[in-house]
Amino acid sequence: MAGYNDRYEVVIGLEVHVELHTRTKAFCSCPNEFGSEPNTNVCPVCMGLPGVLPVINRTVLEYALRAGLALNCEIASFSKFDRKNYYYPDLPKNYQISQYDLPLCRNGYLDVAVDGGERPGARRIGITRVHMEEDAGKLMHGEAGTDYSLVDVNRCGVPLLEIVSEPDLRTPEEARAYLEKLKAILEYIDISDCKMEEGSLRCDANISVRPVGSTVLNPKSEVKNMNSFRAVQHALAGEAERLSAILAEGGQFLLETRGWDEASGLTVQMRIKEEASDYRYFPDPDLVPLVIGPELIDRVRSELPELPAAKQQRFMANYGLPAYDAGVLTGSRALADFYEACVAAYHDQKVVSNWVMGEFLKLLKAHNLEVAASRLTPSHLVAMLKLIDQGTISGKIAKTIFEEMFLSGGRPEEIVKARGLVQISDEGELGAVVRQVLEDHPGVAEDYRNGKEKALTFLVGQVMKATRGQANPQLVNRLIKERV
Amino acid sequence: MEIYDLTAHELADLLQRGEMTSEEVTGAIFQRIHDVEPDIQAYVTITEEQAYEAARQVDGERRQGKDLPYLAGVPAGLKDVLCTRGIRTTCSSRMLEHFIPPYSATVVEKLAAAGAVFTGKLNMDEFAMGSSTENSAFFPTHNPWDLSRVPGGSSGGPAAAVAAGEAPYALGTDTGGSIRQPASLCGIVGLKPTYGLVSRYGMVAFASSLDQIGPMTKDVRDCALVLNLIAGYDPLDSTSAPGAGLGAVPDYTAFLTGEIRGLRIGVPREFFGDGLDSAVAEAVKASLGKLAGLGAVVDECSFPHAEYSVPCYYLIAPAEASSNLARYDGVHYGYRAVAENGGAYDLMEMYTNTRSQGFGAEVKRRIMLGTYALSSGYYDAYYLQALKLRTLIRDDFNRLFDQFDAIVSPTSPTPPFRLGEKSDDPLSMYLSDVYTIPVNLAGIPAISIPCGYTDGLPVGLQLMGPVFSEGTLLRIAHAFEQDTPYHQDRAPLKRGHAAVSPAGREGGDSHGRL
Repeated sequence: MAGYNDRYEVVIGLEVHVELHTRTKAFCSCPNEFGSEPNTNVCPVCMGLPGVLPVINRTVLEYALRAGLALNCEIASFSKFDRKNYYYPDLPKNYQISQYDLPLCRNGYLDVAVDGGERPGARRIGITRVHMEEDAGKLMHGEAGTDYSLVDVNRCGVPLLEIVSEPDLRTPEEARAYLEKLKAILEYIDISDCKMEEGSLRCDANISVRPVGSTVLNPKSEVKNMNSFRAVQHALAGEAERLSAILAEGGQFLLETRGWDEASGLTVQMRIKEEASDYRYFPDPDLVPLVIGPELIDRVRSELPELPAAKQQRFMANYGLPAYDAGVLTGSRALADFYEACVAAYHDQKVVSNWVMGEFLKLLKAHNLEVAASRLTPSHLVAMLKLIDQGTISGKIAKTIFEEMFLSGGRPEEIVKARGLVQISDEGELGAVVRQVLEDHPGVAEDYRNGKEKALTFLVGQVMKATRGQANPQLVNRLIKERV
Repeated sequence: MEIYDLTAHELADLLQRGEMTSEEVTGAIFQRIHDVEPDIQAYVTITEEQAYEAARQVDGERRQGKDLPYLAGVPAGLKDVLCTRGIRTTCSSRMLEHFIPPYSATVVEKLAAAGAVFTGKLNMDEFAMGSSTENSAFFPTHNPWDLSRVPGGSSGGPAAAVAAGEAPYALGTDTGGSIRQPASLCGIVGLKPTYGLVSRYGMVAFASSLDQIGPMTKDVRDCALVLNLIAGYDPLDSTSAPGAGLGAVPDYTAFLTGEIRGLRIGVPREFFGDGLDSAVAEAVKASLGKLAGLGAVVDECSFPHAEYSVPCYYLIAPAEASSNLARYDGVHYGYRAVAENGGAYDLMEMYTNTRSQGFGAEVKRRIMLGTYALSSGYYDAYYLQALKLRTLIRDDFNRLFDQFDAIVSPTSPTPPFRLGEKSDDPLSMYLSDVYTIPVNLAGIPAISIPCGYTDGLPVGLQLMGPVFSEGTLLRIAHAFEQDTPYHQDRAPLKRGHAAVSPAGREGGDSHGRL
């Protein structure tokens, strides 16, 4: 597609904000819940009333440590909170509690391959820092013609992690792969819902282009308003094109913030940054510095679940899966858990892998569902595989049953029964059908006798058709061969 | 002596012995308030009705034979920087003139639980910024020793109220001397506890790393009793010291033994230099003789970085204030500027007009100072340098406390000055706190006690100690008090020479009383 690939190199860095799904907010004990009535999950602290003080939620620190360790970061032994001062009506204190020069985690990395998995093609993307901060509220602007805006403070004080990558990403596809990998890890360590549509995962991208071979960092565009991974990829592709065209024409880059417009598929300028904002960061005197001892780090590390890379290796070793299969199956914790629940009850791991990677992922994608939201259970899939093994159903019928299980959540035996999909393995019953088919197509039978293999395929097909696909294919084959 | 002249512990004894009810004591205090408040103007809000209700509650419990805390039923005043649920908390600012908090400060909860009867909310310099209470947006408070003079500040309302018998005791706050300097100027006892000993939750923040709440009382015993009630760890304040840094909070009255023989007391020569009023110096030096007479070992010493305290403070405190006061923007609560035509301002106009109109000159001056000190390009030269100075000042104290149990100095370099005298000269006003500021920068405790007079105006002695040495400071203060008559003196409410007319203090006493 894009012509910029040949002469120009694209330089991308991503800033990801994730809301931590702690039970309570970062600095007070209000519930951390999405979708409540406006201004109901609030107290004097998160409303920034005069005289209140923040107290750190220890779970926020633990979750941040989990993320730092899972992203291969160095953990600071001494960290602190700073105030980022700026005025905006969704920020009741007019400063955000954040971390500035001593973030909790830094110098991490993530190995990312564009087509998933963790193979030689993977590239190591640096993670500059991971730090803790509080979220702001939401503004709701009145309808056109009104002269007011409303403020919902519910989200104020919801804990966030900001995860900043190095400008190591080179293509929009790689940026998307990075996000998918990052999301998988955050889900593995169970610290965030990572739902872009609910804003619990948000991504801003910095992008610039330069001639291949150059090491200069040209003025970057900051791209915002992307509400899906797909949008990130498309926005970056469009912005890479636009910047490449400027470079090709010898034009001037602007340090600018651009917003992704989903409808037009273009980025549009939001503002030009003439000077850097001055947030007047200084250490928050209301919060004491964090001293993170090796015992805490060791404990959090020991409690980390198996991460995708390790799980992939284990799947390859324990289940004899190819790297590709193992990579896809460990792409999300939920999918890996689903797979492992199946193979715990079924002997052929590759067969399970084929069904999960094939039919299951196909249907999830078609219905735009997460693993957790599907109605298919591992025990139903295993029961279906056993029905195939017993010869009750054919592999072909199984696909129909699988879709039915996926949609209705029903047990395979019941679906088979209700829809009369039991495989016909009765020799007498099938023999009559075979006899009829041979009578109807004497010429084809003759061809087969003369060694035409294709003729057999035709005859089997006719039997299957006559039995609406329920005939046992092996038995049909044998019967035709015997009778011709 | 009149009822309103008694100390809190004397009133507590009357209540315990059943010689008076809390309702009667409360009545006596409100009678005094009604009598003298037109002259003193210590209260921003008087909560008479709630006070009687609380008093009757305590009386009822006492009649039922309930075991009550010692100070239960004794009235108390609160500086109007402490949040009180359902009662407006103004910080003496237009910005919060009508602000009614939905919650109470931890210290207010603690006193309430101990049966305190709150008389009302006391005047102060706006957002605790000032040394004379003339920066109150509502009206200035007058010094009960000479009504033409200031009571000091920023806790001028609490100091004047206690000195005038309008409250047996009060809670003040101290960021750079705001308890001790007005205590000194009004002839009462004021203690700034160790940073972290008393929870700051619910105290409207001025400079978070310096702010502390403390007692303002008529004598040292009251000071110890009130400290007993408000000290201690608070999970709502991250900077609150677990176990008050000492395990459990001690009973501070146990330190009042009268015995200070052998205690080593240092006198930094830098605290007796230029700018110190000679009569104040004389009174303080005479006090040193008394301490020596009581058996303390008094020695001269040096505090090399003393001269940097004021500049250091006037970078750190405004820097924190510029951020702490950013929330007063007209969006969520408090004052909001409205366009003259009644229509809506756009956001930036609303911010600008709200803050221009809602804050007084001194608050704006400090917000600008602090914003500047934190700005990129200036941060290293100002804020960071100030932090380094702060460490040096703390080190000076630590070195001295290797040698001494306590350090003494005057509390204020001058006796109470006249209203309006320094209003147009912020730098000279800032120097009122030259001896008190180092204490806040170091986070250590200090107490001011009356130690004499100059021309009939009180002089205060400051005792400073290492962190969590409140017990020792109270012990020395108490021994000194036992040996001197000043704590028994009561302010005469004398009309002095005609006051210099201060800007903006006509407004009288009718301001928005509840």
